[in-house]
Amino acid sequence: MIELQHVCKAFNGLPVIDDLSLHIARGEFTVILGSSGSGKSTLLKMMNRLLEHDSGRILFAGEEIRSFRPEAIRRRMGYAIQSVGLFPHWSVEKNIATVPRLLKWPAERVHARVTELMTLLQLDAERYRKRYPHQLSGGQQQRVGVARALAGKPEVLLMDEPFGALDPVTRATLQLEIARIHKALGTTIVLVTHDIDEALSLATSIVLLDHGRIVQSGTPLQMLSNPANDFVTDFFGRNDVGIKLLGLQSVATRLRSGEHAGGEPVHASLSLRDAMSMFLVRRVDRLAVVDGECRALGTINFSDLLDLRP
Amino acid sequence: MSGAAPGGTTRRAWARDPLPWALAALLLLIFGMAQLKPLFAALFPELQRPVYAQDSFWALTVSHLKIVGLSSGFAVLVGVGAGIFATRPSGREFRPLIETVVASGQTFPPVAVLAVAVPVVGFGEAPALIALALYGLLPVLQSTLAGIKSVPPGANEAAEGLGLSPWQRLLHVELPLAAPVILAGVRTSVIINIGTAAIASTVGAKTLGLPIIVGLSGFNTAYVLQGAMLVGLLAVVTDLAFERLGRWQAAV
Repeated sequence: MIELQHVCKAFNGLPVIDDLSLHIARGEFTVILGSSGSGKSTLLKMMNRLLEHDSGRILFAGEEIRSFRPEAIRRRMGYAIQSVGLFPHWSVEKNIATVPRLLKWPAERVHARVTELMTLLQLDAERYRKRYPHQLSGGQQQRVGVARALAGKPEVLLMDEPFGALDPVTRATLQLEIARIHKALGTTIVLVTHDIDEALSLATSIVLLDHGRIVQSGTPLQMLSNPANDFVTDFFGRNDVGIKLLGLQSVATRLRSGEHAGGEPVHASLSLRDAMSMFLVRRVDRLAVVDGECRALGTINFSDLLDLRP
Repeated sequence: MSGAAPGGTTRRAWARDPLPWALAALLLLIFGMAQLKPLFAALFPELQRPVYAQDSFWALTVSHLKIVGLSSGFAVLVGVGAGIFATRPSGREFRPLIETVVASGQTFPPVAVLAVAVPVVGFGEAPALIALALYGLLPVLQSTLAGIKSVPPGANEAAEGLGLSPWQRLLHVELPLAAPVILAGVRTSVIINIGTAAIASTVGAKTLGLPIIVGLSGFNTAYVLQGAMLVGLLAVVTDLAFERLGRWQAAV
């Protein structure tokens, strides 16, 4: 979908992106991870030409991005940012309709699209469509921001620390939403963050950046179980890497089917990290497991957590 | 209680609104000054002609408004235009220069500009228009710069990232969000010009300042009073009208 070949970018002679090559496949949820100053936002902004690269090639759908008008390429890529940037003088409806109206969709189609997106982002369409951004909470504003980014049916969704300014509870809810949207729509998503847990829980592919270079890229599991060097190990946390690994897998992967146990059962979709917490809180070494419809599936034993399988 | 309140509140709100009253007072004075002759005769018994009658006050008002309208129109066009230009990537380098030039336009007292302009363009309305246009430029330019600066950076970045062209960003995001601040600058500029236009009668422009100038040179305090009242009321009415415009714009 997006291909970067030996891309370099410098600000005032200081290299920010250094000979970087990267392929972002269609349908992937790619998270660009790095500390501040690693060049991750710069990398994202070069993809929709908010920043121009100095050398190398960036291809979008197989074509050099400089062969498009900047506006044309941006309308094919959604864009959501940390400060949300809703237009304060426009209603929720008009904000979401920004790109469809730029693309000159007929009014009925725009109206239907706004309703569809508000429903997708769990905003009550009739209640909120005429409201103004200042009448919404921070989480609702970012929902509108994401809806606006998706409105023009973009082939790629670019997100620059979209949940960075939200409180932990709202952030967690919106992370679940965006994961659900990625599954439902299959849109290619590129998300920039410095939040390691956000990266691990959302990404199908993580790109770890430092000083404008890719240190390692791969699935969350590969990053944790096969760190390329000490930097990667330290970045993901030397001490709690085991906990993070457990966070990547669900109870279903350790299920002992057919066995029975007492006590309050847990869902098979629960992460092993949360399951471990359950073991500790309840002071047991065996939990009953049920599926989404509360049908008994089997059990999980505390010792099963030690069995680290990729 | 809430059933009876709306009608009563609107009626009282209408009565408390100063704009109709100020406008009525202005019109009464413009068309009814001659009827106040006994009053002025009683106030100034030593004067033979206690009411200014060389020109009709209506004609003076129209001519005054024409000069203010033309000069402020020019100030708004050039001020907003220069402000927009100075905040574009292509014009950013000119910003200090533009600000200096326009600020120096306001440093010259209008009287000095009038005095310099007369030998060049002659007596009449032309020097008045030049002086007022220069004088009204700074508030408009400054408010345009401040207004565009007040646009939330996130809104601008989102607009660019979503694919609005520079022209669309200016028209649909920057100017609407800057409008209240720009309007405040235009209001200041126009109010200043209404007062300053009175001075233009010293170089032969017909304005509401004419009775004042004639009164001052002929020791006729009544003329001075009549001119001053009209200029003052005109400024008050205009200011109230701008306030109304600002409220209407905020509601849109």
